[in-house]
Amino acid sequence: MKILLVDDSKTMRTIQKSILTQMGHTEIEEAVDGVDALSKVGSFKPELLLVDWNMPKMDGLTFVKEYRAMDTSTPIIMVTTEAEKSRVIDAIKAGVNNYVVKPFTPDVLSQRIEETMTKAAA
Amino acid sequence: MEQSHILAFIKSTRNVFETMLQLSVEVGTPVLSTVPDSSFDVSAIIGMSGDLDGSVVLSFRRETAMRLVSIFCGTEVADDAEDLIDAVGELANMITGGAKAQLDGKKVTISCPSVVIGAQHSVHGSKDLVRMSIPCSYDCGEFTVEVAVRPSSASSQDQTVISSAEAA
Repeated sequence: MKILLVDDSKTMRTIQKSILTQMGHTEIEEAVDGVDALSKVGSFKPELLLVDWNMPKMDGLTFVKEYRAMDTSTPIIMVTTEAEKSRVIDAIKAGVNNYVVKPFTPDVLSQRIEETMTKAAA
Repeated sequence: MEQSHILAFIKSTRNVFETMLQLSVEVGTPVLSTVPDSSFDVSAIIGMSGDLDGSVVLSFRRETAMRLVSIFCGTEVADDAEDLIDAVGELANMITGGAKAQLDGKKVTISCPSVVIGAQHSVHGSKDLVRMSIPCSYDCGEFTVEVAVRPSSASSQDQTVISSAEAA
């Protein structure tokens, strides 16, 4: 499964990539912000996106809205420090399928990914 | 600043360390910070705005930061490397974000982190902001979370100035 990691923090991309690799995923692309992600989705064609919220140039919410204008079905999980209910609602309205709050354990992220993909396949 | 604000940062610091790093953090008694500490070598600064204005500064001595970041990243990191800056910034981001989420009913936006690396620097904020310094320690050393927040005032602006001990 092709997965696009969108986070301005290289540390967080490294941690998420490590978790994904341990889950058996090897086709992983990285983007440093929403603009970078938009430039990569066309050629990479991800089957799952993990997206941070607070990023320079283009934040995660704006990216999700722009991406959803092109693709309404590919699952998106927001991985972010934004934990308030209002923010979660905003993300879901924008088209996010699931939500992981930082800090997270590897188990939480992997469970959320499996749950998202199971729902998407149903 | 309310006691609940400080408690939110204490709880969030512990949560970040335990969840992401599997490290237990001992938190000391928060103290009023009247003179900026100039013993730090690495600081991550995050601004807050909205219902609360202010800043949060996470500060380490160099050796402590290097050990912590190595644990966080899972590899040894080079001194002054981009990885060190990124990891310290992300820790500050998570601590501040986690504290923000506990501030019931408050709409607060946090900035992307800025990271300062320089031997024995100090971080100065607005003189009209009360700054509370939360001393913390873990297996590999000590660090400080300094919180300076207040209910929003539309007429005031927070200015953060960094100075080195050598220039002072």
